[in-house]
Amino acid sequence: MTAAPVLALRGVSKRFGAVQALTDVELEIHAGEVVALVGDNGAGKSTLVKTIAGVHPIDDGVIEWEGAPVSITKPHDAQNLGIATVYQDLALCDNIDVVGNLFLGRELRRRGVLDEVEMERRARELLTTLSIRIPSVRIPIASLSGGQRQTVAIARSMLGEPQLVILDEPTAALGVEQTAQVLDLVERLRERGHAVILISHNMADVKAVADRVAVLRLGRNNGVFKVAETSQEEIISAITGATDNAVTRRAARTGEARK
Amino acid sequence: MSTEHLADSNPEAPADAIPAVDPRLLVREEGFSGYLQEFLRKMKAGDLGSLPVVIGLVIICSIFQGLNSNFLSAENLNNIAVTMVATGMMAVGIIFVLLLGEIDLSVGSVSGVSGAIVAVLSVTHGMNEWLAVLIAIASGAAIGAIHGFFFARIGAPAFAVTLSGLLFWSGFMLQILGDQGTINIDSDGLVGKLTTYYFSDVAAAYGLAAVAVGAYFVGSFFDSRRRQAAGVPSRPIVEVALRTGVLAVFAFGAAAIFNQYKGLPLAVLLFLVALVGTDFLLRRTGFGRKVFALGGSVEASRRAGISVTGIRITVFAIAGTFAAIGGLFWASKIAAANQSAGAGDLLMNVIAAAVIGGTSLFGGRGRTWNALLGVMVITSIQYGLALEGIATPIQYMITGAVLLATVVIDSVTRKTQKTAGRA
Ligand SMILES: Nc1ncnc2c1ncn2[C@@H]1O[C@H](COP(=O)(O)OP(=O)(O)OP(=O)(O)O)[C@@H](O)[C@H]1O
Ligand SMILES: [Mg+2]
Repeated sequence: MTAAPVLALRGVSKRFGAVQALTDVELEIHAGEVVALVGDNGAGKSTLVKTIAGVHPIDDGVIEWEGAPVSITKPHDAQNLGIATVYQDLALCDNIDVVGNLFLGRELRRRGVLDEVEMERRARELLTTLSIRIPSVRIPIASLSGGQRQTVAIARSMLGEPQLVILDEPTAALGVEQTAQVLDLVERLRERGHAVILISHNMADVKAVADRVAVLRLGRNNGVFKVAETSQEEIISAITGATDNAVTRRAARTGEARK
Repeated sequence: MSTEHLADSNPEAPADAIPAVDPRLLVREEGFSGYLQEFLRKMKAGDLGSLPVVIGLVIICSIFQGLNSNFLSAENLNNIAVTMVATGMMAVGIIFVLLLGEIDLSVGSVSGVSGAIVAVLSVTHGMNEWLAVLIAIASGAAIGAIHGFFFARIGAPAFAVTLSGLLFWSGFMLQILGDQGTINIDSDGLVGKLTTYYFSDVAAAYGLAAVAVGAYFVGSFFDSRRRQAAGVPSRPIVEVALRTGVLAVFAFGAAAIFNQYKGLPLAVLLFLVALVGTDFLLRRTGFGRKVFALGGSVEASRRAGISVTGIRITVFAIAGTFAAIGGLFWASKIAAANQSAGAGDLLMNVIAAAVIGGTSLFGGRGRTWNALLGVMVITSIQYGLALEGIATPIQYMITGAVLLATVVIDSVTRKTQKTAGRA
């Protein structure tokens, strides 16, 4: 990992009116690496994702792409760099069918006209490869279950050649098998040399696939840990900001109860 | 990365082991009973399509025919077809705006401005009529773009911007018409011919019907073939033939009616061209896809890299353009530009035509072909009531009630579709 990181955030800050959502956040991510981003509700994880994806331009700080500073002010900037994002709220259009959503914003054209046949073929191929089961690729997103929508959103980020894939709680609505598939997918992305930022509240998932864990707390960095060398308790205390917290108290209580 | 590579590195999931189709998906059975079942299922899901309108149209026509046997005469049907084009063109434009989930209340006034511009430039100032028409249409586009700018760029609600436009542009029209108030238009000129010219050769109407049916069949046939070649679901050839057959019945039926009177009206031809063109734009191009996306979710569209402001301004410019075109047909029909152009129930009729045809007021659902069905309903009602000698106040009340009824249908459909997971 001597090469320049694919993406580096240097002192990034973001304000929403009176809320200082991010303060001087630092983050580095290299090719072939999975970085988990964890933190409590409202810690600023999704906000960080959106600044990288160009949804909310940053107020202060620098974003570096492969060592060079870049300005990401709109979603297109991020897409052009090769950043693909699965948002927590999915960002799908309910009235458009699965194929249309997968290719939204980068439709395939044939002689200037939408190439529905080719898009449908590739969509089916992609969904099959990702073992995604949905009733049909020609039904509107509105008729899919929450988990199915999530898999469609994930599939969308796999189209094209993303160098960095950001997954904001991708497994939140998924069943056991689908979660395992997404984690498999994350590992495959890493094997193929892509960088992945994975946001999750599930420590087991994080420990299973991530190389490093970056903790955000109240919009600030609160430590970066190598997964292999860190215990779950250490990460949790970094998330909650104290050794004495709800999780440890509960663990102690259930421990006593068992005795 | 390409999907193939993902497949390579995942040996447990060979590409063809898991079908992308869920076994629970209700697949249509073969044959006629399959069609019937799917049809009933769609009805239950609130996926009514054009059916309520077609039934409504049949009922309306039967009632008026019962009251006055002249209603279904070739001449009357022909007059309806020509008259409806002005409102229909405006409805095409407003459908673009409705697809965004917005509204344009200024189309009536803008149509009046367009008629006035042509009249003043060509009649009062003696300008070449083609040039005057071009200027009028361009003015409509510019006016629409101005509305779009205030909505998309400044962030003012579209209904408020276009409501201001409604008053502003009708004032503007009165201003340029000047003291005389009415400017007569040469009925042999370009604008005059819009609604008075007929292709009297019977071959014209039948030829157009044949071309339309043929083009539809060839298009669907090759689409089906390409889909088969690509291994994605395609329409069976029987279904393509069946659909072509239905289209042929309507196309040649309409052609026969036109030929019984004076032949194919130029206005109807131009309206059909506008419908085919805008339908293509909305359903086959990237621009159209973006319009639908914005109607579904503005935030999702923005994150997909769609230029929300640009699309919105363009859509309002399109609405303005079609309002101007509608204004030309209006001026042509009354052979004048006058102070009452664009006023009265015109705006209501335009919105009603779009909504009756099946365009949702909630955005993201509709086609420009909806304008054809909707405007047929609205114009038939007007003509039927006029034949019966029913006065304007009652006409207004009936049109208002019809619009309310369709809005109710739209809202109920949306609810059923929600529970059936289709909206
Ligand atoms: N568009 C916005 N406008 C104003 N404040 C916002 C906006 N988006 C986020 N915030 C604020 O920023 C803070 C961080 O929110 P964010 O969504 O990034 O949290 P998160 O870490 O993703 O939480 P969760 O785990 O619940 O998804 C919160 O206090 C939130 O209220
Ligand atoms: Mg979040």
